[in-house]
Amino acid sequence: MTAPIRCREDETFVLNLGPQHPATHGVLRVKLTMDGEYVVKAEPVLGYIHRMHEKMAEDRTFAQFMPNTARMDYLHALAYNHGYVLTVERAAGIEVPERAEYIRVITVELNRLTSHLLWWAAFLLDLGGFSPLLYAFDDREQILDLLERVTGSRLTYCYFRFGGVYNDIDDDFITGTRNFIKRLRSRLPRLYHDLVTKNIILIKRLKDIGFVSKEQCRKYGATGPLLRGSGVQFDIRKNEPYSVYPEFDFDIPVYDEGDCMARYMVRMDEIEQSMRIIEQALDKLPDGPVRAKVPKILKPAAGDYYAAVEAARGSFGCRLVCNGDKSPYRLKLRSPTFSNLSLFGEVAEGMLLADALAFMGSLDLVIPEIDR
Amino acid sequence: MDTSIWRPILYLIGFMAFAGVNAAWLGWAERKGAAHIQRRNGPKEVGPFGLWQPLADGIKLMTKQLLIPSGTDDILFRIAPILAMIPALTSMVVIPFSGNIQARSIDMSVLLIFALASIGMFAILLGGWASGNKYAVISAARVVSQSIAYEIPMLITVITIVMITGSTNLQDIALAQQGGFWHWNIFRLEGGHFVYMWIAFLIYFICSVAETNRAPFDMAEAESELVAGYMTEYGSMGFGLFMMGEYLNIVVGACMTTILFLGGWGSPFGFLPGIWWFLIKIYILIFTIIWIRWTYPRTQIYKLLNLSWKILIPFSLVNLLVTAAFIKVF
Amino acid sequence: MSEYWNDIFGGTKSLLVGLGITAREFFKPVVTEQYPWEVPVMTPRFRGHIELVKNAETGKPNCVVCGMCMRSCPSGCITLAGKKPEGEKKKVLTQYELDFTKCSLCGSCIESCNFNAIQFSKDYNLASTRKEDYLFDLLKRLEEQS
Ligand code: SF4
Ligand code: SF4
Repeated sequence: MTAPIRCREDETFVLNLGPQHPATHGVLRVKLTMDGEYVVKAEPVLGYIHRMHEKMAEDRTFAQFMPNTARMDYLHALAYNHGYVLTVERAAGIEVPERAEYIRVITVELNRLTSHLLWWAAFLLDLGGFSPLLYAFDDREQILDLLERVTGSRLTYCYFRFGGVYNDIDDDFITGTRNFIKRLRSRLPRLYHDLVTKNIILIKRLKDIGFVSKEQCRKYGATGPLLRGSGVQFDIRKNEPYSVYPEFDFDIPVYDEGDCMARYMVRMDEIEQSMRIIEQALDKLPDGPVRAKVPKILKPAAGDYYAAVEAARGSFGCRLVCNGDKSPYRLKLRSPTFSNLSLFGEVAEGMLLADALAFMGSLDLVIPEIDR
Repeated sequence: MDTSIWRPILYLIGFMAFAGVNAAWLGWAERKGAAHIQRRNGPKEVGPFGLWQPLADGIKLMTKQLLIPSGTDDILFRIAPILAMIPALTSMVVIPFSGNIQARSIDMSVLLIFALASIGMFAILLGGWASGNKYAVISAARVVSQSIAYEIPMLITVITIVMITGSTNLQDIALAQQGGFWHWNIFRLEGGHFVYMWIAFLIYFICSVAETNRAPFDMAEAESELVAGYMTEYGSMGFGLFMMGEYLNIVVGACMTTILFLGGWGSPFGFLPGIWWFLIKIYILIFTIIWIRWTYPRTQIYKLLNLSWKILIPFSLVNLLVTAAFIKVF
Repeated sequence: MSEYWNDIFGGTKSLLVGLGITAREFFKPVVTEQYPWEVPVMTPRFRGHIELVKNAETGKPNCVVCGMCMRSCPSGCITLAGKKPEGEKKKVLTQYELDFTKCSLCGSCIESCNFNAIQFSKDYNLASTRKEDYLFDLLKRLEEQS
């Protein structure tokens, strides 16, 4: 049914989707060559929000680059904080106190929950359902309040520091988090699954739409829920463990179908897994300092360092080349959505406009992260 | 029938007022309903419960400049919003609000209303086409295919009603259902029609939602796909008229459902029939339509056509046959 | 064929369940905060723009004009100056300006200050159409506060 009717070249027209379009959630522009409602060719055009983060890193000290990391993927900022501090800590050989590692995991996972909730909300909005958006925001708001109490900000966190975190969490945060998890657990089956996941309209719109094969994922370097929705079990938290993730018992949801529904289900399951991780981390939380003694100006030895973390949209990698100076010689940031978006053109070919947009929504794009 | 000159004038004023009030305050009701479903407050600043919000919105829309972008078909672009309002207003003429509140009782009033509803579809087509915007053109094309697909099952179910009541006059159809809910077409005991008429009602209701371009069938406006569809280039009162036209279409749709299936102005228990029952029924229907809109995600144009051609049309045809059989047998 | 009937009956059921859920939500109380009428209380760690801290004894700013904050700021938002008055050992702050248009609220300045001389304010109601309104003279602000 999604196979397009073959058309003559001169009967197509160009539709500019974006840079200002409700479905692109930012300033992505997709140049669509359309035949009626069928997409004949889709070319994402980037660069509308390029801010040269990598270049900025080269004339700042290591610590001064911290705020930049939060401004790439603003929905999962703490994972980016984490990836960057991890790389620098590897470079400078800094040991992180255990409590700090636990706090990092708890906050990153909370942040992952907000990211997935917001994706869910925005995806439903793409599909035309408005009420779920506000139900998800209601929950997300609770997490933001919790994180605001410890980090001081709500969206663009700058909370991690080399050798630990900015400040400790308190008992209010711990009980608040436990209550929140209880609340989300009770709301998930009804407001999320009964209202939306099992809805026939949603199932009809997502099943067998936007099929991405394993080969395509490999070809474009796709990661994250997109890859796991195509049946590949790959998650940096398990495959190349970092921080204290090996100490927790959690699963990596994998679905083989490779369609939008599979990616949807991967994310919904990840919400539950994140809650499991947070609960375990809160149970095991050790006492101790949250920040190691680190010199104010870092000068790591010359060399080439790499660290990767699993962000909500896939693996975020950070490659750091140092020449013994107080700022990086080169910092290369690998952001997941850039790779995930690049397969959009190939997969969207021959799709209906509405399906292509549903597929785009299922990729969970965050534009500032693509453009950096 | 009274033929004095006052009657048409009074009715004209009355219906215009009814239509205007509905078009304005349904917007308020929609926002309020949506807000509470989403556990927000909705409009609340302008007047008590935000009741004067439509006036504020109206003033705002009217004071804005009517922008006609270059590259549009000027005349059609101006006509389209008016055309969206007029058929819905005209339909009011034949709708019997109660036994004696009706401007004109026309024998073919059912057909007249469906003919006018199709003209409403043309308004969207013209607006989309004249805008010269690609999103608007796609939206216009969608509206046409959707309209055709949904008019068929709708008319087939209406034929069953016509067969049962034996009239195409709305007044007669409503009169045939007086005296308690067991006389309404949806639950009609007499002749055993209640066995299957609720299916016909569902088909008709789904179709009327689709005909008025309401979510989950709002293919034409699909804001996350087509920006604002056929309204993309409209601002100021052009946009306002389209909105009002949409709400009026909902009112007409609800009136039709009430008259065809829910006994018109008849009371459910057989006493105190009158216009209040009619109003209660249409507002319950309208609220249901709002409620549906804020619950479901949008369908996709092909799924929507599938629903019509694969489910609604076969069901309505079977329904027609069953009706004929019932009428013949009982 | 069985899929066809499944779609119809299962689908209708899922739609009715959905309607039931939204109907229940309709009657639940509102959860939003009515902003201009209800003002949220900021948490102690909330990061507003930075402000100077006054010494409780002398009433003067704690700042000793070491310039660490200025150097640590990634965006160069802080401009400060001080002079040493006759006969005193410590420098006195004469100018402390914050260009809030560039500030990313990262907290580097506060962390690098060893004298507890700056802190985050709890000011979040900032709005203006002019850029110049965000060039804060923190010294003047401190004087106004007292
Ligand atoms: S670091 Fe502290 S003491 Fe030094 S100049 Fe800045 S505010 Fe003043
Ligand atoms: S918070 Fe960060 S950006 Fe703002 S003034 Fe301080 S160091 Fe500069």
